[in-house]
Amino acid sequence: MTRVFVPLDASAKSVGADQVANALAMMDGVDVVRTGSRGMLWLEPMVEVETPRGRMAYGPVQAHDVPGLMAAGFLEGKPHPLSHGLTEEIPYLKQQERLTFARCGVIDPLDVADYEKHDGFKGLEAALRMSGAEIVDVVTKSGLRGRGGAAFPTGIKWKTVLDTPADQKYVVCNADEGDSGTFSDRMIMEGDPLVLIEGMIITAVAVGATKGFVYLRSEYPDAERVFGHAIEAAKKAGYLGDDVRGSGKAFHLELRRGAGSYVCGEETALLESLEGKRGVVRYRPPVPAVSGLFGKPTALNNVNTFASVPIILHRGADFYRDYGVGKSRGTVAFQLGGNVKHGGIVEKAFGLTLRQLVYDFGGGSASGRPIRCAQIGGPLGAYLPESEFDIPLDYEAFAAKNALVGHGGVVVFDDTVDMAKMARFAMEFCAIESCGKCTPCRIGARRGVELIDKLVKSKRREVEHDTLLDLCNTMTHASLCALGGLTAYPVESALRYFPEDFGLPVRN
Amino acid sequence: MIETSLEVDAVDRAIAGSLHLDGAVLPMLHAIQDELGYVPGFATDRIAEALNLSRAEIYGVVTFYHDFRSTPPGRHVVKVCRAEACQAMGADALVDHMKQRLGCDFHETSPSSAGSVTLEPVYCLGNCAVGPSLSIDGKLHGRVTKERFDDLAKTELG
Repeated sequence: MTRVFVPLDASAKSVGADQVANALAMMDGVDVVRTGSRGMLWLEPMVEVETPRGRMAYGPVQAHDVPGLMAAGFLEGKPHPLSHGLTEEIPYLKQQERLTFARCGVIDPLDVADYEKHDGFKGLEAALRMSGAEIVDVVTKSGLRGRGGAAFPTGIKWKTVLDTPADQKYVVCNADEGDSGTFSDRMIMEGDPLVLIEGMIITAVAVGATKGFVYLRSEYPDAERVFGHAIEAAKKAGYLGDDVRGSGKAFHLELRRGAGSYVCGEETALLESLEGKRGVVRYRPPVPAVSGLFGKPTALNNVNTFASVPIILHRGADFYRDYGVGKSRGTVAFQLGGNVKHGGIVEKAFGLTLRQLVYDFGGGSASGRPIRCAQIGGPLGAYLPESEFDIPLDYEAFAAKNALVGHGGVVVFDDTVDMAKMARFAMEFCAIESCGKCTPCRIGARRGVELIDKLVKSKRREVEHDTLLDLCNTMTHASLCALGGLTAYPVESALRYFPEDFGLPVRN
Repeated sequence: MIETSLEVDAVDRAIAGSLHLDGAVLPMLHAIQDELGYVPGFATDRIAEALNLSRAEIYGVVTFYHDFRSTPPGRHVVKVCRAEACQAMGADALVDHMKQRLGCDFHETSPSSAGSVTLEPVYCLGNCAVGPSLSIDGKLHGRVTKERFDDLAKTELG
């Protein structure tokens, strides 16, 4: 029997991976193994065959290609028009620095033994030999910052939780990956869920928490299914429960489903939602690290943040910190999407340029037309024109441009995009998703939609333009959370770089 | 509206199944909607009573979240992505095509001659590298052109 790997990743399934797996399972001599995705999503469904030389990649494969592949001898890794040679040698993958995504697409996501064979639970093993303060120290020294978007230093957050006395502490994972153009959390939860569980156990050991929750958006039913099974597998193997691997420490983990609210990705709204309330943003202070879930100290981080912790504990703070530039240390799993030829996951150290990402990895636009701009960091991120693509991807360089790296999503647009329409969409989206607690966001976003409509039709555009900038200023500085506070980013950047789309004069 | 025994059973089972949880409201509402396809009005009273909360609090939760609906949807629920990455791949044209073919707007249900399909917008399905994307009854589909939607309509929405 030859092992053939077919992704069970939602993206791969959305373009026919299940049908391919079924067709392969009916062939003689084929042992189908379902894995996560390698992240080369333009090749999905991508099938890999295990050969003595290594895994050979074929893609994109449809069910009707299977007989032809069998006839061509793909079980021996023989050539075929869909062949890409050895998976590890595909330049897109070879040029990456896979730390967080090292196992994604390689292992069976629900096989604890397979996970352990690929360095799984080594970080936890190390952590269980350390005190909470020592673990926090390692994470602080690694330079890891929150991968959800806000980029707050993880170690400092954990120290606050550790130093706040309480009878109960929580670890909460924000898996409400609502930003458009982002999918790295989903891919971890489907492709390597045990690394998230391991990261959360380490966090619990570090801060002294005994209970954890994963708040997953309802738009990810595949992730919900896989992660639910992963929790059961981890329990069975003794990693979750009253006594984590004989350490005497308890950690219980529950998976909870969100209900279609974008603002619940904001950490305090998420906590409200977990408590069973409307997802309305809380005033800060107190921060969740002091008073979080049910008023208890809570270590609340994003999926990719937790998933980066095991390798830091396993390989050490220096190993991780040696990747990256300036104050942005380690690697990020960038997500290339939209109108791009080679969309997918690109995990690289901070510091590569947007141009390298979009052209060297992405291969230009999918439509073949010139690229006009990219939006980075989700619906609240700035639109950068092609002329600004030489900016390095690091938190500070982006902040200096009134832009954000956010959760690392990059959405590419070709020259057919209407930027006035995109600016209007940003305001419309904010109006739909506003929790309603603060006026600048709730009312400002509606006025923003109206103003942009008026602006593009107006004869006195300068007046509306000034009013719109004034509104953006109010929303930025007076909103309670990032939703209202960052909606100005896409709007202002569209106005700044593409005034002609609004019928405004082009400035030099 | 008079509740049916089917509804009462589903609501009672959902409440009993999640009563032990911390922050049980969302799990209860999901369990009800997973089974019935919607959250009947009287469920608000039942959950409030079971958790010793006010009806207003539960009503506030039900109406806050986009996912929960108070009336039965069509035979199928189609959610099409309107977010930026799918827009960059032509989602707007796809949405127009779908609305025309189904004969309904967002948040509406198509006439039964068109298959009784409830059409909802969604803001990102996490499938941004193979857009435009939509989901049919929770099943994700990528690279959806107008033609592919017409094929899906025949096979999945028939």
